[in-house]
Amino acid sequence: MSWGEAWPWLALIGLGAYHGVNPGMGWLFAVGRGLQESSRRAVLGSLVPIAVGHEMSIVLILLAIGLTQQLVPPHTVRLVAALALVAVGLWTLARPRAHPRGFGMRVGALGLVAWSFLMSSAHGAGLMLAPVLLGLPVGDHFSNPSQLGLTAALAATVHVAAMVTVMGVLSVVVYEKLGLGFLRRGWLNLDLAWTTVLLLSGAITLFSA
Amino acid sequence: MATLLRPDPTFYPSPRLAGDAPAETLAYMVTFDPTAQSPDALLTVDVDPSSPSYRQVVNKLDMPNLGDELHHFGWNACSSALCPYAPHPHIERRYLLVPGLRSSRIYVIDTKPDPRRPQIVKTIEPEEIAKRTGYSRPHTLHCGPDGVYVSALGAPDGGGPGGIFILDHDNFTVKGRFELDRGPQFLAYDFWWHLGYDVALTSEWGTPKMIEDGVNGELLLAGEYGHHLHVWDLPRRRHKQALDLGAEQQMVLELRPAHDPTRAYGFVGVVTSLKDLSGSVWLWYLEGSRWAVKKVIEIPAEPADPSLLPPVLQPFKAVAPLITDINLSLDDRWLYVSAWGTGEIKRYDVSDPFSPRETGSVRLGGIVKRTGWNGSGQLNGGPQMVEVSRDGRRVYLSNSLYGSWDAQFYPEGVESWLVKLDADESGGLSVDPEFFIRTEQRAHQIHLEGGDASSDSYCYP
Repeated sequence: MSWGEAWPWLALIGLGAYHGVNPGMGWLFAVGRGLQESSRRAVLGSLVPIAVGHEMSIVLILLAIGLTQQLVPPHTVRLVAALALVAVGLWTLARPRAHPRGFGMRVGALGLVAWSFLMSSAHGAGLMLAPVLLGLPVGDHFSNPSQLGLTAALAATVHVAAMVTVMGVLSVVVYEKLGLGFLRRGWLNLDLAWTTVLLLSGAITLFSA
Repeated sequence: MATLLRPDPTFYPSPRLAGDAPAETLAYMVTFDPTAQSPDALLTVDVDPSSPSYRQVVNKLDMPNLGDELHHFGWNACSSALCPYAPHPHIERRYLLVPGLRSSRIYVIDTKPDPRRPQIVKTIEPEEIAKRTGYSRPHTLHCGPDGVYVSALGAPDGGGPGGIFILDHDNFTVKGRFELDRGPQFLAYDFWWHLGYDVALTSEWGTPKMIEDGVNGELLLAGEYGHHLHVWDLPRRRHKQALDLGAEQQMVLELRPAHDPTRAYGFVGVVTSLKDLSGSVWLWYLEGSRWAVKKVIEIPAEPADPSLLPPVLQPFKAVAPLITDINLSLDDRWLYVSAWGTGEIKRYDVSDPFSPRETGSVRLGGIVKRTGWNGSGQLNGGPQMVEVSRDGRRVYLSNSLYGSWDAQFYPEGVESWLVKLDADESGGLSVDPEFFIRTEQRAHQIHLEGGDASSDSYCYP
């Protein structure tokens, strides 16, 4: 595998770790549910629906990009993806504290899937991967939709696996050892970094031909 | 919409951690003029023992209108901002939202850049609240995980139903009603929640028409003031269960759920019983999948010479304790109960919430006893709004209830005071002999800088 082939996968893993570190994307929810029930199983069990929701959000974007690539010229796909990234980036800048409504500590597994899906989508977590996805050979397989689906699922899974690994380690360490007190100092405001990554992804998408 | 690099230092994931917070140096207290001749005010009180202006009112912020009747108030954001399903830890605890219970205005008051001299930065007008929610007479305010929740006693015309509405916690626009399905709930007063159980509770006083001209004897004797608790599904905004305390239990007011989100119980005060004028505190608790309620404290009426009683109590030849406020320490161990009629505040050990044990009591004021502060002359009014510091050591008390009701129970007019009590670790309660503040206007709710035992809610144990 050459560097040209490897970088999209490495980037997927890197962004997965980045999504995993953010307390707002799920590990804190897992810890909270575990503390409520005094159960490490509840911590780890919560990570599954969180991963599923995140994966769904990303697969949706991947499929949208893959399918669009077959219908319109590549530069149009790039333009649309770039504009979407910039739009979401600006939105997160304007309303960094917008939340999906109707959730609480006792959401069931399905509720947690829905929460994770909405959280990931609203923060542009899937879109953030657009430049990477455009680097993957999904467009080369337009004659074979199942291959397209497979690559999309594989890409999303690699990303989510990296995210869940980070989340799993963090949530267990916090639940078992660290406690939540460190959040008072350690929960850095990543809103601006998040926005920057989105805008940067937009720029890369636009200008990397 | 200020944003921070690290979480606001006054936010704590759990009540246990918040108990270790530094002692408050400032207290904010609202006062009002029952004659509506002078503007109501937000006072800043210096409560830092090392400060040269300790025990003094260091600022008085006048409201720009007359007749608001400032009453309860709260913060724009608090520890619930750390809740995992709607986290926004980098918002600032900065604005006090101060409703006028008569005017239905809500003032947004900025406590920065100078916490001693807060400034009004916005006013939410009653018309906006009425248009977007159908509600009026905003009362209790709690910073929730996904917005600021405000209870309201009723509709703009003074009827019902009362309920809860939600404000955006960034720009304070009125977002709308909380209730999607209110079930049998009609009367409103206080509300709070068990965030760990996705459950909200509401209590019942009366509609504006039933209370604004004073307590109505006919309604009272007919048992028509509130006597229910309501349990709600918080995220789905639906009524789940009504708990009837019995029609003789009149006016179910302050709700104090356990601060620990894994504990499914809390306490509510009932002003008076029609049977014997006693006041009571009830425990609500989860039993299987249903909520239940049980009386755990009863404070009897005290026989009195009718000539010493106001007309409203003369026929009964007794002074009712009138439990008008209660407060629960952050460790869920100590419950404070104000008996505004008899002029007493009691402290209970509620380690076993089903059987509270009285460990301390302080008498101040009272309709008949008029107990003075620290051996000095007589006081009127009685212990009413009670606030407890986060470490549980200091208890602040003021003495006015509500303009038109003050006039019925203390017809000579309540002369207001703010005192501080010291709560020792073994359960004792004593008056701080150095701390006594007279205010020009009637004193009502007190909140402490950085949070207190009724300002924050937590998602982690």
